[in-house]
Amino acid sequence: MLLRHTSKEVKVREGLTINPAKTCQPIGAMYAALGIHGCLPHSHGSQGCCSYHRSTLTRHYKEPVMAATSSFTEGASVFGGQANLLTAIETIFSVYDPDIIAVHSTCLSETIGDDLQQITRKAKDDGKVPEGKRVIFASTPSFIGSHVTGYANMVTGIAEQFAVSTGVKKNQINIIAGWMEPSDMREIKRLAKELGVNIVLFPDTSDVLDAPQTGKHEFYPKGGTTIPELESIGDSRHTLALGSISAEPAAIALEKKCKVPFETLEVPIGLTATDRFIMALSEIGGVSVPDEITAERGRLVDVIADMEQYFYGKRVALFGDPDQLVPLTEFLLDLNMKPVHIVSGTPGQRFEKTMREILDTRSPETNFKNGIGADMFLLHQWMKNEPVDLLIGNTYGKYMARDEDVPFIRFGFPILDRIGHSYFPNVGYSGGLRLVEKILTALLDRQDRDALEEKFELVM
Amino acid sequence: MGTNTHFPDPSVVREELIQKYPAKVAKKRAKSIIINDPQIIPEVQANVRTVPGIITQRGCSYAGCKGVVLGPTRDIVNIVHGPIGCSFYAWMTRRNQTRTESLTDANYIPYCFSTDMQEENVVFGGEKKLKQAIQEAYDLFHPKSIAIFSTCPVGLIGDDVHAASKEMREKFGDCNVFGFSCEGYRGVSQSAGHHIANNGVFKHMVGRDNTPTEGKFKLNLLGEYNIGGDAFEIERIFEKAGLTLISSFSGNSTISQLENSHMADLNVIQCHRSINYMGDMMETKYGIPWMKVSFVGAESSAKSLRKIAEYFDDDELRAQVEAVIAEEMPKVKAVIDEILPRTTGKTAMLFVGGSRAHHYQDLFTELGMTTVAAGYEFAHRDDYEGRDVLPTIKIDADSKNIEELKVLPDPELYNPRKTEAELEALKEKGLEINGYSGMMQQMTKKSLVVDDLSHYESEKLIEIYKPDIFCAGIKEKYVVQKMGVPLKQLHSYDYGGPYTGFEGAVNFYKDIDRMVNNPVWKLIKAPWQKTGATNGKSKGLEATYVTQ
Repeated sequence: MLLRHTSKEVKVREGLTINPAKTCQPIGAMYAALGIHGCLPHSHGSQGCCSYHRSTLTRHYKEPVMAATSSFTEGASVFGGQANLLTAIETIFSVYDPDIIAVHSTCLSETIGDDLQQITRKAKDDGKVPEGKRVIFASTPSFIGSHVTGYANMVTGIAEQFAVSTGVKKNQINIIAGWMEPSDMREIKRLAKELGVNIVLFPDTSDVLDAPQTGKHEFYPKGGTTIPELESIGDSRHTLALGSISAEPAAIALEKKCKVPFETLEVPIGLTATDRFIMALSEIGGVSVPDEITAERGRLVDVIADMEQYFYGKRVALFGDPDQLVPLTEFLLDLNMKPVHIVSGTPGQRFEKTMREILDTRSPETNFKNGIGADMFLLHQWMKNEPVDLLIGNTYGKYMARDEDVPFIRFGFPILDRIGHSYFPNVGYSGGLRLVEKILTALLDRQDRDALEEKFELVM
Repeated sequence: MGTNTHFPDPSVVREELIQKYPAKVAKKRAKSIIINDPQIIPEVQANVRTVPGIITQRGCSYAGCKGVVLGPTRDIVNIVHGPIGCSFYAWMTRRNQTRTESLTDANYIPYCFSTDMQEENVVFGGEKKLKQAIQEAYDLFHPKSIAIFSTCPVGLIGDDVHAASKEMREKFGDCNVFGFSCEGYRGVSQSAGHHIANNGVFKHMVGRDNTPTEGKFKLNLLGEYNIGGDAFEIERIFEKAGLTLISSFSGNSTISQLENSHMADLNVIQCHRSINYMGDMMETKYGIPWMKVSFVGAESSAKSLRKIAEYFDDDELRAQVEAVIAEEMPKVKAVIDEILPRTTGKTAMLFVGGSRAHHYQDLFTELGMTTVAAGYEFAHRDDYEGRDVLPTIKIDADSKNIEELKVLPDPELYNPRKTEAELEALKEKGLEINGYSGMMQQMTKKSLVVDDLSHYESEKLIEIYKPDIFCAGIKEKYVVQKMGVPLKQLHSYDYGGPYTGFEGAVNFYKDIDRMVNNPVWKLIKAPWQKTGATNGKSKGLEATYVTQ
């Protein structure tokens, strides 16, 4: 057994987190900033932060992840990091020539109280920011929230610091991407195009973290939301925030600054969440849903109906981030499956409230927990007490899956040992089809593996 | 494919590398970009601060302490005191393999432990939560040992991890609890963390168990972290040669082995950078000499085995070592003979670690390949120029903050394993005792040596030299490959390995052959993008369009 020290007996822990179902804010900020065109994320802290975040994102995407660091030493930690950040800004513009530097803080710079707004303003005042270039920032202390919070904070920073209200409304809708893959962002854009709605999607990591092999390294790949697009979001007619934790804070900030009304939806994972997304986009965009999208939906429903016997009653444990887990849970219920245990390390009462709403009528006995104490060690203990047929979560789940001999689907962040997430979406009806295929393959492969010879089926 | 002579003047290359930097940065970087001369080794600026904003390969002190040195020992519960990220990112990402003797033996490597420090802990102090975490780890697992690692905020808010550890150690009585002040901002790279880890392992583990171990030739293997199973291969070779490994520092190791390690008669050091402090301290306190070895490369492995036999000065051992080499080498030779025609004349660049950029040059030499440029990520001058320069290294503000333990001979356990006369005799035979002559003496004249290579410099080097393979880490992997050049990861081995010893050499030859000759590099251009392609605008298309 790999996790041989995990006992069945659950004891409340107040000090020790074991096998976390979350990581820290700055990596989320770095990921979000990669979704702006021509932007270099900058980590204001020790070198290790930047190195770890780049490494983790690189392992997840198998792509270049460029970011710089303030390279704090003990002196900077005592006297403050202003000098380091000013040097960094100057160095970055001369050597790497980005259009934008997106600075995020770390636990180190937050603990010593560095004020990013003040330092970035000073950089501008001191002439360290070339004409037409931008330095934006987000406060992302690692000791609050999780990587999802960091993503939300950087997206909020993007909205607040770019949006301009010219007084002339544009015929466009903002879609704020909650934490999702480049493939998902690409799919959101495709669906909007099918619908005929003019959108600005931000951030947008498609064509950044799924860049083609060309024989040339593009330091600033072709993707990412551009500065003119980001400046225009203040004039958009409406905002759709996809994800109450990772996207809504930016929508609130934008409403406050530029009076753009917003609506928050789930990340459109699964059938009903996608239905709500399509409905909202068609209503706000004033367009009718084209037949092609209705047909896409029909294909997903068709597969669910055709294969319903294999889903029914299957017990699932899942862990990950709130904005993904909520629609995924809903989708599992739509598939007639049984979410049994759900864990997210990201704190916040919103998750609990939404989960309650989803589960109360359809599966009130489901165990779920988020925030402090909600780690994979607890999830594993729950699984030992009430076994499941399927585990869904990030790569770290493979250790539990192997020990408990449970089929496993990789979903969420990070996925370090398989590819596909950057290229094939989980959102939309086609994403739903992909999830359905994955679930079926995992369950049917297991049935094939375990079937007695006389019960081994040709047709399934 | 090129040899060194095809390349531009290295001094021109150096100018090219620094010209885009602001003046102050250029001046600083110029001291770390050196044209090698193995006869008169020039000074390399190393172990100095990276300029903020420069995209560096480097990580932090915590990574060097917990991630590198302490991480591979399987039966310590390593609790990271800090916000969640630090523990999360070091969770199994370094591929330290470990093999327990039974299915129930302690192994905490697949686990991640953290105090998950919250805002109130930063404001009001985190010691209470830390002690609670230690208590919970003790109650849940009853481990032999719990180690605490400090992350950046811990040092700033003044949590005393050492006092907390001591209190809990005394409370438990049967669990060795100790702490490390390895906050990420200490030093200028991972290297500070190595030193801090060496100090802690030396203070809290080495020398606690005086039980003699059976065995005529007892040694420790220092600076081997069992990435991809490297230590397993060395263990196999040692066993065949009749050598008794007391402990490795720290791949595939246990606390008991480390506690008993002072019973060995020789320390062999593989990764000089990360563990040389331990070699020196054990020499002073217990009288165990150390010797630099490398089991990276078949020839290096044979040479290292012979050096060990020479140290023990025993004919039976010499014979056994020769028998092992005689048995292993033909298998290696069969593979390299077949591969060599496809790799000879190709070029490599290595920018990694504090020892690997040196060691792996041996494997490239065995492949008939030339190392045109190399450098370390976090080494010191002695790793480049040799330990002779140690007295001349200036202690700056950053290194001054890293504790140097005052070590004295142990009143009871100090036992010089060799007399002065014996050591002299060994030196005369060419054995370097307590010494290391560094990377540059082995590199060719006019090859480039670059310390703490930046992203910008790496792209320039690749453009200029067009190497056949580039060796670095995960952050560089896909950047370099996007340029159409294969990158071999020498931290994680691209999830392959082992690369040590004889079997490792064979693995490496095959991997490099596969990488430099992979057909994918010729598939990058689509047919319509190739020279002479017409991209659908050909007259031929028009001519054949009408078919009926």
